[in-house]
Amino acid sequence: MIPLTELQKELRYDLTNACVQCGYCLPVCPTYMTMERETQSPRGRINLVKMVAEGRIENISQIMEPLELCVGCRACETACPTGVQYGKIHEAAKNALAKHKKYSPTVKMIRNVLFKKVFPKQKVMVSLGNLIWLYQKSGLQKVLQKTQILDRFPNHLGEFERTLPPLPSIKERKMVGKHILPEQKPKLKVAFFQGCVMEGIYQRINRYTIELLKLAGVEVIIPKKQTCCGALHAHSGEHNQAIELAKQNIDVFSQLDVDYIVNNAGGCGAALVEYDHLLENDPDYKEKAKVFVSKVRDISQILVEAGNLPLQYPINETVTYQRSCHMTNVQKVKDEPLQLIQSIPGLKLVEMERPNMCCGSGGIYNLIHYEESMKILSLKMDTVIDTHATTIITTNPGCLIQMQKGILNEGLKGKVRAVHLVELLAESAGIE
Amino acid sequence: MENRVIEEIKRLIPDPKRVMTDISDLYSYSYDASFGTYLPDIVVQPKSTEEIVRLVQLANQEKFPIYPRGQATGLSGGSLPVKGGLVLDLSKMNQTLIIDPDNLVAIVSPGVLTADIHKAAEQYGLMYPPDPSSSNVSTIGGNLAENSGGPKGLKYGVTKDYVIGLEVVTPEGKVIRTGGKTVKNVTGYDLTKLIVGSEGTLGIITEAILRLIPKPPATETAMVIFDDIVDSGRAISKILTSGILPSKLELMDQASIQAVEDYEPVGLPRDAEAILLVEVDGHPLAAKDEIEKVKAICIGLGAREVKIATTKEEREELWRARKLVSPAIVKIKPTKISEDATVPRSKIPEMFKRLKEIKEKYQLHLVIFGHAGDGNLHPNIITNKLDKEEMKRVEKAVEEIFRATIELGGTLSGEHGIGTMKAPFMEMELGEVGLVMMKRIKEAWDPNNILNPGKIFPEPGQKLVLSE
Ligand SMILES: Cc1cc2nc3c(=O)[nH]c(=O)nc-3n(C[C@H](O)[C@H](O)[C@H](O)COP(=O)(O)OP(=O)(O)OC[C@H]3O[C@@H](n4cnc5c(N)ncnc54)[C@H](O)[C@@H]3O)c2cc1C
Ligand code: SF4
Ligand code: SF4
Repeated sequence: MIPLTELQKELRYDLTNACVQCGYCLPVCPTYMTMERETQSPRGRINLVKMVAEGRIENISQIMEPLELCVGCRACETACPTGVQYGKIHEAAKNALAKHKKYSPTVKMIRNVLFKKVFPKQKVMVSLGNLIWLYQKSGLQKVLQKTQILDRFPNHLGEFERTLPPLPSIKERKMVGKHILPEQKPKLKVAFFQGCVMEGIYQRINRYTIELLKLAGVEVIIPKKQTCCGALHAHSGEHNQAIELAKQNIDVFSQLDVDYIVNNAGGCGAALVEYDHLLENDPDYKEKAKVFVSKVRDISQILVEAGNLPLQYPINETVTYQRSCHMTNVQKVKDEPLQLIQSIPGLKLVEMERPNMCCGSGGIYNLIHYEESMKILSLKMDTVIDTHATTIITTNPGCLIQMQKGILNEGLKGKVRAVHLVELLAESAGIE
Repeated sequence: MENRVIEEIKRLIPDPKRVMTDISDLYSYSYDASFGTYLPDIVVQPKSTEEIVRLVQLANQEKFPIYPRGQATGLSGGSLPVKGGLVLDLSKMNQTLIIDPDNLVAIVSPGVLTADIHKAAEQYGLMYPPDPSSSNVSTIGGNLAENSGGPKGLKYGVTKDYVIGLEVVTPEGKVIRTGGKTVKNVTGYDLTKLIVGSEGTLGIITEAILRLIPKPPATETAMVIFDDIVDSGRAISKILTSGILPSKLELMDQASIQAVEDYEPVGLPRDAEAILLVEVDGHPLAAKDEIEKVKAICIGLGAREVKIATTKEEREELWRARKLVSPAIVKIKPTKISEDATVPRSKIPEMFKRLKEIKEKYQLHLVIFGHAGDGNLHPNIITNKLDKEEMKRVEKAVEEIFRATIELGGTLSGEHGIGTMKAPFMEMELGEVGLVMMKRIKEAWDPNNILNPGKIFPEPGQKLVLSE
């Protein structure tokens, strides 16, 4: 067995002791709401990590389930009056688990494919996108959906297949340039972080993003060698891979002379703004990471700063806004999306109850913990339905897929749509 | 607990989700917001009075302890399963929250969150005044069992002042109803008031009838800055004797002011010795008039500055400084020992002096902030529980704080309860006979010592221990 002090370091025992067990985090935790036991709450999880670090619980796999079942929404951090760094504690514990504990073959298979083969490789994501396009166009989609073959995929991958958007054609996908200049003299110069899910599946949203930036008078550079943000790796105990990805991105973006590094995916943005934490013990990258982080912005922040978006086409609809947890709780971007939504003519915003509650998507949480994720989604959809909105706005691809799944689950297909904020802005700006 | 008994409990509560024996679950019910880790043998989440009755009857038959628990925000160790046995998690028994506007009462299940009662009452223009700072998390059952107070206690009183009826499962597993829906009731002993504040040792509360009052239409808030803390103490006395009863009167000392400014600068004067936050409520004209009077009194007693909020936003901004104290002070050191010793109001300045001496004698970081208006000062010792040597000094300082409080005619606890943390000092306040009379009540109600054993009454030779 590893000596206790080693384990205590590994588990960030120092950080767990900042928790005074006041319980203020309980009411905001989605898994505490659905699973209704202290074990599945932030306070419970922090205590369990502490118990392992103190050697009272000897076998770390005894706390695996509660750690795995956390969606990682970080709402607990926002609620905590004493500033406990739950994200760090959770990540450290997951790393320790990944090291000391063996996964079941199915979970291992999914982890391997997703972490090593799919997410870091934009090419794979893009060709996955291309394949999906072919599949949608060829009519294969309808056939497969009818036979419900997809529903028998392991861990409900198939469940989500139906939420995928119609993809742009291969030709359309290649249309976007690598250096885009606005018509007037640029107000700002930014580098665009594409994100692998965004570029693979929601490429249209990326294109709209660039068009909007152009309209707002922003010069955009899209560096080629950028890679996955590493969020999923970091949250799943694949610490070393997350570090490698971060270094590659820092190398690529540091070479550019830009004001900001922009992204449009709440989850990716959250990973990017924490590169300085991730690399705090790396003497070569520590400082570079700080500079990188100081430039990271969400698209909504840039559009507000640049101003003057020509939003001329009214959208006469009731909308509601499902905040991305990682954008709210980690990036702390709260006001700008609201400002943009309210600047769209014709539209009526009705906020749902508990707007900050997670939708249950949580990276790949909805694939691995399908049942639990659906329970959280169901709570979320109840509050969405109460608003009578016909459009749900999100700011993150994971939330977008999840909200589309929610629409299917509640039988609202055709009546309610889910969109990325960028799509709605593009619609109002008349971008095709 | 024997396996046979565990199986029997599972038979009584046939929903496996609500009966927990996994090690990760047991550790998750081993603590509260105070000190110590005690592992129960089993955790059960009852959904009805009948289920509780069956469990309590089994406990009497098999002689295992039952520990009622709300959301474990208690600061005195009330819900800790110090002798193992069964933790009864009542936070999921939250099905009833009825506002009866005609009778001005609310009928609630024990697991309902205090803040949800506030919200529900407000929809009818009514108010449930007890407002512990923890009300977003704490259950009404926990509030009743601890007789919790809060900032509004100064004007509106505490939990016990708003309970008029209870349904209780007795320690022997019978159901009784006390009080009712009437405001006046003198039929027999007042068992309602006996149960309230009994910390889960005399019965399990399964339903409560709470009194509501009309919500005051207006509030006004002022922040008063003092160069000298003793002047602030005099201002408190003067305000309270001038015919004004503020709804809140809170104090921050210099250590808290500086901690807040280090943590998140909100523009408080670092050199001030004390800040008072005063809130009055009532008819809009009356509230305006009263807050101006408060201002005049404070200026007359040497206040450096008085800020009166003119909008809701400004009011929230003033209170934000007070809310930042808790997070700010734990940045200094991670462990916060929060005492709630309370003295008669006229003794507040004397208590400030005593606390200062204790702080210096034991070389500790002691911060005072709290509900100054009712004498319920909250001296907080900021320390690190991993520092064993310092914790020994903390233990001694706490004991001395209690001694000073009692010498000044005060009490060990204004609102947090006795639990395990203050049990060793009970005799100091109550005297031998006082404590024996209380113990006789416990023995009469709970002959088998089933409900929450190890609380309130000290074990022979029990001392305050803050290091595990
Ligand atoms: C940050 C913070 C701020 C706080 N602020 C205040 C404050 O301003 N004022 C104040 O008074 N307190 C305050 N407290 C203390 C605490 O919140 C209160 O004591 C609260 O009433 C406890 O409620 P709970 O649901 O968490 O009960 P628990 O802590 O779970 O239990 C408390 C006691 O009640 C018993 N109990 C619980 N439910 C029942 C039931 N249904 N029947 C019988 N017994 C039961 C338990 O056995 C235990 O003895 C604060 C605590 C924290 C952590
Ligand atoms: S990150 Fe979200 S799910 Fe996980 S403990 Fe915190 S609030 Fe709960
Ligand atoms: S709110 Fe913060 S300090 Fe309180 S229990 Fe949760 S993590 Fe711990």
